Amino acid sequence: MAAEKRVTFRSPWLPWALLAPQVVVIAVFFFWPAGQALVQSLQQSDAFGTSVEWVGLENFRNLWNDPTYLESFATTALFSVLVASLGLSLSLLLAVFADRVIKGSGIYRTLLIWPYAVAPAVAGVLWLFMFAPSVGIVSYWLRERGFEWNHLLNGNHAMALIVMAAVWKQIAYNFLFFLAGLQSIPKSLIEAAAIDGATPWRRFWTIQFPLLSPTTFFLLVINVIYVFLDTFAIVDAATSGGPGTETSILVYKLYYDAFKALDLGASAAQSVVLMFIVVIFTVVQFRYVEKKVNY
Amino acid sequence: MKLLPITLASLLCLGAAGASAQTEIQWWHSMTAVNNDWVNDLAKDFNASQKDYKIVPTYKGTYDVSFTAAVAAFRAGQAPHILQVFEVGTATMMASKGVSVPVAQIMKDAGYKFDPASYIPAVAGYYTAPNGQMMSFPLNSSTTVFYINKDAFKAAGIDASKPPTTWPEVAGAAAKLKASGHKCPLTIAWQGWTQLESFSTWHNVEMATKGNGMKGMDARLVLNSPLHVRHIENLANMAKQGLFVYKGRANTPEASFVSGECAMITTSSGFYGNVKKNAKFDFALATLPYYPDVPGAPQNTVIGGASLWVMSGKKPAEYKGVAAFFNYLSNAEVQSASHKRTGYLPITTASFALTEKSGFYKENPGTDVAPTQMVRKVTDKSRGIRLGNYVQIRTIEDEELENVWSGKKSAKEGLDSIVTRGNELLERFQKANKG
Repeated sequence: MAAEKRVTFRSPWLPWALLAPQVVVIAVFFFWPAGQALVQSLQQSDAFGTSVEWVGLENFRNLWNDPTYLESFATTALFSVLVASLGLSLSLLLAVFADRVIKGSGIYRTLLIWPYAVAPAVAGVLWLFMFAPSVGIVSYWLRERGFEWNHLLNGNHAMALIVMAAVWKQIAYNFLFFLAGLQSIPKSLIEAAAIDGATPWRRFWTIQFPLLSPTTFFLLVINVIYVFLDTFAIVDAATSGGPGTETSILVYKLYYDAFKALDLGASAAQSVVLMFIVVIFTVVQFRYVEKKVNY
Repeated sequence: MKLLPITLASLLCLGAAGASAQTEIQWWHSMTAVNNDWVNDLAKDFNASQKDYKIVPTYKGTYDVSFTAAVAAFRAGQAPHILQVFEVGTATMMASKGVSVPVAQIMKDAGYKFDPASYIPAVAGYYTAPNGQMMSFPLNSSTTVFYINKDAFKAAGIDASKPPTTWPEVAGAAAKLKASGHKCPLTIAWQGWTQLESFSTWHNVEMATKGNGMKGMDARLVLNSPLHVRHIENLANMAKQGLFVYKGRANTPEASFVSGECAMITTSSGFYGNVKKNAKFDFALATLPYYPDVPGAPQNTVIGGASLWVMSGKKPAEYKGVAAFFNYLSNAEVQSASHKRTGYLPITTASFALTEKSGFYKENPGTDVAPTQMVRKVTDKSRGIRLGNYVQIRTIEDEELENVWSGKKSAKEGLDSIVTRGNELLERFQKANKG
């Protein structure tokens, strides 16, 4: 690695002034709300906030004593592993193929990027329509083939449904970055390997995939944050956490307790827990996974 | 170009200011489609009937969305004068001290005669505080009823002129429907409301202590009684045999009745308009089924729907306007017209009598089922249900019942689980509100 180039400012305030806009944005949109969540997680109040009481760690104790909340961790783990792995591998596959297309590549790419513009709730409803047990076109087709699809009572079906919607929604974003990553790999490397007689499969695994690792790593971090924090609308629209609590992932429960049930103390405590989980994950990813990345 | 909208906006403001010798009263509601037209017409007719006040109805999203919006608005000091709150928000509204002003108070201060006894008991009781004061103004109340597809009944060789009235009869009819090739003999909408809440009052048993929470915040769920277990077990068995088919939470299952896929459904009386307009078959309304061997059954069913709450911190003149509007809405003619138009219950006994006299029930058979289920003397166990954190308890009911229908839990386990999880929420509500 090249020696770091240090730039020194002569003015003592200029670097701070240049940093200020970013600091303000982070303070207003992250530190302030996060601080509020921390404060509220130690309080219990009625819906309208007319009586607020400090309760110490009771909101957290209530969470640990709630078996459904603990089950929700397992549900979330399964959901995030499925969404991140399927989302990354499918979009990588699509990107590799789209990279090879020469004729009409613009159309393919546009179509593949399209789903990113769809709001999560709409994505949830879209998949719900296709898989609705009595009227959905896909569930009808499945029934014709002797497969009884019923995500209203079958937890595995419900999980499959939200995984599909969440993956479909995220594929576009991943695809965009993978494609850009693939195109920045010098063609000469691949051509040289081809001349040496490497099969496309071998060229992919030994040249393209390692060179893509910074992109893959970045996307892994982004996807984990996406499944943990951004998927509640899909769950809300498609399954409402059911059947039972089998698709009630952490962020959905948090959303539900805050915006439907108006239980701000409980949901603030959940958001603090979730914040710590995501922070820990990100730190772990940067410390251990990043070591395997070639820049 | 950029100036144009600004100029337009200021012109509009000027226009509004010039015309407003009237006191404006903001009304947030959650009525959509035909019911949205209905509330707009109510406001329009009231505005035309006098000159001092102007009611401005605004659709603020579904019940839970508008409630959340009102909470945020209240915290910011921007709450509307009148807020339509769904029945499950009643305990929250009552417990939040200083948020609303009791309707009885508003009417008294403005000098209007307001007699809670003129209301249908199960409606008035629902919105009356333990001290006897009526807290909110009942606007749209519905209750749980039973619909059958008469064509499907005939096709299965069942006498369609007499819909089943008891659960054993329902099971019998369902078996015949299935034998005739019907894929979905029975489905259930609003499962918690129809099969636990209304089921309890209909059989005159408590689902929660303290008169279902009507007498105090220290109420606890008791809906795992032998009768409740028996009923849910019954339904679970029907589900196993394909006689009862689960079609989802809230009112989602209603679509499967309208489409003809399911032949029987328990749901809200407010579903009538939809069936009448969209079903391509002959249908009938009946009372909610019950168990004939339970003493005291059938008692009365419980209401759903919403009521109007008056928010605190407004000017006296504005409260006068609210009172005038409520006085207008209390008129038996207005109420009877609303009942005929929407399918919601006639809220006062006078408007029920008026509707009967007009011959409406004879012309539209079945529309009197819901009112007759309600116009009865209520008991302490059937007056209503008032539980804190009720929105969450309803969801717990949904979750655990789904576990029963899917066979993951037995009826007893599911109901026990509702009781344990629900009681934790009730304890927390009591603590947070110092009840």
